[in-house]
Amino acid sequence: MKNKLFKYTLRLGDNALILGHRLSENCSKGPYLEEDISITNTALDLLGQAEAFYKYAAQVEDAGRTEDDLAYKRPENEFYNLQLTEQPNGNFAHIQVRQFFIDAFNYYLFSQLKESKDPTLAAIAAKSLKEVTYHLRRSSEWMIRLGKGTPESNQKTQQALEDLWQFTHEMFVADEVDETLLKEGIAADLHKLKEHWDAKVNEILEQANLQRPEDGYHATGSKKGYHTEYLGYILAEMQYLPRAYPDAKW
Amino acid sequence: MKKNTEQLELEFQEKIDNEIKIEPKDWMPDAYRKNLIRQISQHAHSEVIGMQPEGNWITRAPSLRAKKILLAKIQDEGGHGLYLYSAAETLGVSRDTFLQWLHQGKAKYSSIFNYPTLNWADMGAIGWLVDGAAIVNQVSLQKTSYGPYSRAMVRICKEESFHQRQGYEIMTKMARGTKEQKQMAQDALNRFWWPALMMFGPHDSDSAHSSQSLKWKIKRESNDTLRQRFIDKTVPQAELIGLTVPDPDLELQPNGSYKTGEINWDEFWNVVKGNGPCNKQRLAHHKKAHDEGRWVREACLAFAEH
Repeated sequence: MKNKLFKYTLRLGDNALILGHRLSENCSKGPYLEEDISITNTALDLLGQAEAFYKYAAQVEDAGRTEDDLAYKRPENEFYNLQLTEQPNGNFAHIQVRQFFIDAFNYYLFSQLKESKDPTLAAIAAKSLKEVTYHLRRSSEWMIRLGKGTPESNQKTQQALEDLWQFTHEMFVADEVDETLLKEGIAADLHKLKEHWDAKVNEILEQANLQRPEDGYHATGSKKGYHTEYLGYILAEMQYLPRAYPDAKW
Repeated sequence: MKKNTEQLELEFQEKIDNEIKIEPKDWMPDAYRKNLIRQISQHAHSEVIGMQPEGNWITRAPSLRAKKILLAKIQDEGGHGLYLYSAAETLGVSRDTFLQWLHQGKAKYSSIFNYPTLNWADMGAIGWLVDGAAIVNQVSLQKTSYGPYSRAMVRICKEESFHQRQGYEIMTKMARGTKEQKQMAQDALNRFWWPALMMFGPHDSDSAHSSQSLKWKIKRESNDTLRQRFIDKTVPQAELIGLTVPDPDLELQPNGSYKTGEINWDEFWNVVKGNGPCNKQRLAHHKKAHDEGRWVREACLAFAEH
């Protein structure tokens, strides 16, 4: 049970860290200064969430690891973030589509988790929900703005939807960690979450003059530590200093 | 008519002498306006281009805390760029034009950002030395005669002093850390010390815009005065954490002030003219992001016009 709670919390932290890291790569590369600052701001919110989840995971595990050990000293196959979070920034449409998919997921996830029987998860979820509500509003507005902007922006955004759609399915794949903790009233119900997510995505895409992509390949495996080729490079870069100088304190 | 302009100029100088701020709709001499456009836009570009050398280490920041602080700091710099572009726009030039001038090489930014960031201690050195030097200059500019610029400076100074402290904190941790960390810290100081001193610009005797700027109180103190204030504040901070300032001629004088060796002005002018280690890289990065963002900006405009 303790191990399952550890793993569940770790996944929440990994999603936030890896997506936050990807967004942070975009700093100084935004289409204009205000948007550059906004993306960095979202990255900061996510890093804060990652830190909170990791702190709690480390406490649950009770093996003397810190939040930084969890971020910086785990190998790739012990990361459990959704594959969607590690997908490269591509163009601005890829960034916003990836963000919209995850913001919608996080919004309904944290809405459920704030009622969790685990008081710490409930507290982190309640705090994060305030940030995520704003993130979802922002990325939904971007979907509509890009979808209805110019033919070029519509086409690029439709392409980004097609490119990333295959990574959305695994958000709703429950394993025994999810199922056990759901029975205990701790975890979110992914089945319910999918209904809400589908409705939100359909609503915004319709407003944006964008088409919901056809289902094809379903990427999966992150809950077992299987990833796309991109995660290895993210970690190689992110973990470089603590691994090269294991005795150093930063 | 001619007398009229003379009269206006007299009244203008009288306001300046009486410390009354000049506001956007007030009459001002063309040269004053041009001088301000040059200085404020250069300042704005420096904030924005300055995001790059620090951005170079975001993905490699060695702890969650360090990563958050660095990101927040770079975000502040972007925000400073925004205030400053807004202040400069009150003088009748649009942000698009400022960016065009930057890309054409007509507008400059601080040369310090044309140096590369090569190890993690550089994040400390930039906060401690670069922001430290910027604060000395900006504290003085809070009293500048142009209202919007002065008010932007007041806000910016509050955040910059936090940046300087976090930079010194990184430097202290590195200087007191492992042998390798100490080497990184010394290496960062070696590379950033002289460029930081150059940030204050040429000696007063060689500064093209200085005397008129001082008369109009755009600048409040001379380059050499500000540089000396920075040196006297910073040398003891280096000593405190066991780092060596890379100047064999550095000497504490009886009046408590430090005498330094001569700055390499050939290097300074070379970098100003575009021949520094990262001039091409920094400008190309900014242009690329701007060009790649074109379709996004067009989409925003088209959507707003629906």
